Amino acid sequence: MIKNAIKRIYVAFIFIFLYAPIATLMILSFNASKTRAKWGGFTLTWYQALFLNEEIMQALFNTLLIALTASITATLIGTIACISIMNLKKYTRTIIIGITNIPMLNADIVTGISLMLLFISTGLRFGMGTILLSHITFCIPYVILNILPKMKQLNPYTYEAALDLGAGPVYGFMKVVFPEILPGILSGFLMAFTMSLDDFIITHFTKGAGADTLSTKIYTEVKKGIKPEMYALSTIIFLTVLLLLLLVNKSPSNTKNTTQ
Amino acid sequence: MNKKKLLGTPYFIWSTLFILIPLGIVFYYGLTDESGAFTLNNVMAISSPGHAKSLWISLGLSLVSTLICLFLAYPLAMILCSGDHSLQTGFLSSKSNAAHKNIIVLIFILPMWMNFLLRTLAWQTLLEKTGVINNILAFLHLPALKIINTPYAIILGMVYNFLPFMVLPVYNSLIKIDPNVIHAARDLGANEFQVFTKITLPLTTPGIISGITMVFIPALTTFLISKLLGGGKILLIGNVIEEEFTQASNWHLGSGLSIVLMMFIIFNMVVSAVFDKDGKGGTL
Amino acid sequence: MKKLYCLIFILCSSLSFLLTGCGNSAFGENGQVIVYNWGEYIDPMAIDMFEEETGIKVIYEEFETNEIMYPKMVSGSTVYDVICPSDYMIQKMIENDLLAEINFDHIPNVVNIGTQYFEQSKEFDPENKYSIPYCFGTVGILYNKTMVKEPIDSWAVLWDETYYDNILMQDSVRDAFMVALKLNGYSMNTLNQTELETAKNALIQQKKLVQAYVIDQVRDKMISGEAAIGVIYSGEAIYTIRENPDLVYVIPKEGTNVWIDSWVIPKNAVNKENAEAFINFMCRPDIALINFEYITYSTPNTAAQALIEDNDIRTSPIAFPDLSLYKNLETFQYLGVEGTELYNNLWKEVKVY
Repeated sequence: MIKNAIKRIYVAFIFIFLYAPIATLMILSFNASKTRAKWGGFTLTWYQALFLNEEIMQALFNTLLIALTASITATLIGTIACISIMNLKKYTRTIIIGITNIPMLNADIVTGISLMLLFISTGLRFGMGTILLSHITFCIPYVILNILPKMKQLNPYTYEAALDLGAGPVYGFMKVVFPEILPGILSGFLMAFTMSLDDFIITHFTKGAGADTLSTKIYTEVKKGIKPEMYALSTIIFLTVLLLLLLVNKSPSNTKNTTQ
Repeated sequence: MNKKKLLGTPYFIWSTLFILIPLGIVFYYGLTDESGAFTLNNVMAISSPGHAKSLWISLGLSLVSTLICLFLAYPLAMILCSGDHSLQTGFLSSKSNAAHKNIIVLIFILPMWMNFLLRTLAWQTLLEKTGVINNILAFLHLPALKIINTPYAIILGMVYNFLPFMVLPVYNSLIKIDPNVIHAARDLGANEFQVFTKITLPLTTPGIISGITMVFIPALTTFLISKLLGGGKILLIGNVIEEEFTQASNWHLGSGLSIVLMMFIIFNMVVSAVFDKDGKGGTL
Repeated sequence: MKKLYCLIFILCSSLSFLLTGCGNSAFGENGQVIVYNWGEYIDPMAIDMFEEETGIKVIYEEFETNEIMYPKMVSGSTVYDVICPSDYMIQKMIENDLLAEINFDHIPNVVNIGTQYFEQSKEFDPENKYSIPYCFGTVGILYNKTMVKEPIDSWAVLWDETYYDNILMQDSVRDAFMVALKLNGYSMNTLNQTELETAKNALIQQKKLVQAYVIDQVRDKMISGEAAIGVIYSGEAIYTIRENPDLVYVIPKEGTNVWIDSWVIPKNAVNKENAEAFINFMCRPDIALINFEYITYSTPNTAAQALIEDNDIRTSPIAFPDLSLYKNLETFQYLGVEGTELYNNLWKEVKVY
């Protein structure tokens, strides 16, 4: 019993540690005083002001657009690349996986700077395009590293059996391989999306005229004092995601149980 | 089979364009001077007292953070796992296990949906002299907590931001352990401690190693945490590089120091690869 | 297989569309003007008004430091039409032949800018050919009356041990060295080794008393009473004092930095006439007033100064100080490549100490 209590307390401690700042931000979003240091009473003003603040809305739109486009593109390129990587000779495969690891293991600041130098030397216009290219670049590895283990677990004979039974390569892939690696694809996609959404450093170095994401917008605000609308927005985002995830998590386990 | 290999072409082109070439440019800048002549000065600049000191501080702080992450994460992962094994009864086990696992993963990924900068800034609000924690402590007539703008605040920021990267791999490797192996060990007379040192720990080494890598590298290279929580009083190697690009506009020196940083990362990768090979032999 | 290739093709082409599309879709009916300005340094309403009145689309980008702005501008990855750098950076740009002469005939509103500010500008733009002042100010000490007993009038207070952990310093090379150099009675543009060594040692000595090195966060921290004393730009001081009446701003007796941020047009600007129209618009008294009220940085626009309704602000010695009352006021000058590197290295020694 005591052991269980200690365990509970420990988990609770970590949980508080992880969520205390988030709770702080949520509370600040209802703070009537404009500076974060003083509590000026409860208000919903910032939630109203948020939707009227064009800059924040534009930044939110940019962030979502980039995260979605980048993670979808990365998932497509990554999934296709995985098929090919599995069929490479062991030596080339190691090299390719090594290269894939670079953006993940390298320091964000070096990745950001290296891409900035690339874009400057090619004379590409800094803007949404350059942010998108960079995000796709650091998203692909997450996709690949989520899918590859699933691919390795695959029994190669099932696919060949499908081919023997007259399935075309695409059809065979979609019917046999795809369902098996789907969890990997999904978790890769989700991870890529989260990473893209949360990224600041790489965006910071590769952004251009008027193209602000939420992260870079917040960074400029850090210097001048964060606008409380930003707290309101992150509270909304956080609660939305929480709700979505709870729903998603509830439903498949239920459906799975019923199908069994 | 050849057709399948061709499928990778877009990615191979992409990685050449956006991974290899940019790195090549960093190396070019790092190994040349303003006039474009080859030089090692930018890389050797790391040995100047200022740079060397900031590198040592970075290494020290990130090492401490990594260890704290490990010691916090390992028991946590074990507790979360033991919750799982008790569920593993009946034919639903694998499904509910998966659902349980999803929730655990979510708890640790969820904070990432609150912006990284805001989360770190929230710690500033919590830790400041006039901040939330000190207000509570003052209310309880307890002495004030003075860690903001010190290395401790930076460590706290690192642990906070990178803890999930330690918990997840360790948890993943723990959950893979077949409970029967542990049962067998117990049946053969091993006590809890022996089970831990002889079975659990060796089997989770790959998880620990990848956790260490995933915490150590971002901690080593961060420049934001030290900026926001360190009050600009502690210059990490990440800050030095960032300032070379954004304030001093000395790209050659910035790139040169980046090369040094990459050498540390490569060193870390090699070490973890060596360990991982041993570890995989164990798990299979 | 073919389907997959189709997919890749579509993907690539849509990507390239995104890349090129972003650049072209932004034209207004009279073309565009790409403005590169400090963060939070203009009232967004002023931009809207400009777009509405002239039909010129404004593409607006912000930078955090002069040093970030410079390489981005030089690299040509974006060709800017109007930039708002500070004094010493303008000097560097002039020396490197990066600026276009402004055609003052296209900017009739320039008459609203006080002549004394053009006089001051001569320190970095000797013939007043390349720049038109947008904002100016001083750097001084902001302190909290409730936390500081005696009135402050000297930089020396930043070395006073009674204020341990209560001092906020500026986190930028030039500003930090300005404080230390002025304290010792040197010029803030000095390249003299021994003077700089003295300043560096003073800064190292000061470091243990400093609570944090910050840039714009001084504002938030002073309002909340997190620190007692801070080095701050006069424009920030007006805002912070409005939020927290306990705060007082002083220009230290040893002298300080008088800075000017001015509009310039790069030599490679594509829309030079639109750029001039934009600068002209910003020089209009009513627009300068809108901007002043939004950003609280002092405007050199004397016509706008007269329009300020609040008597306290109009006559405020913080916003519009009589500079003749102070000694040893200087404007930053460009130190050349080697000078800049020297300062940077010394600053790094302070920061890692």
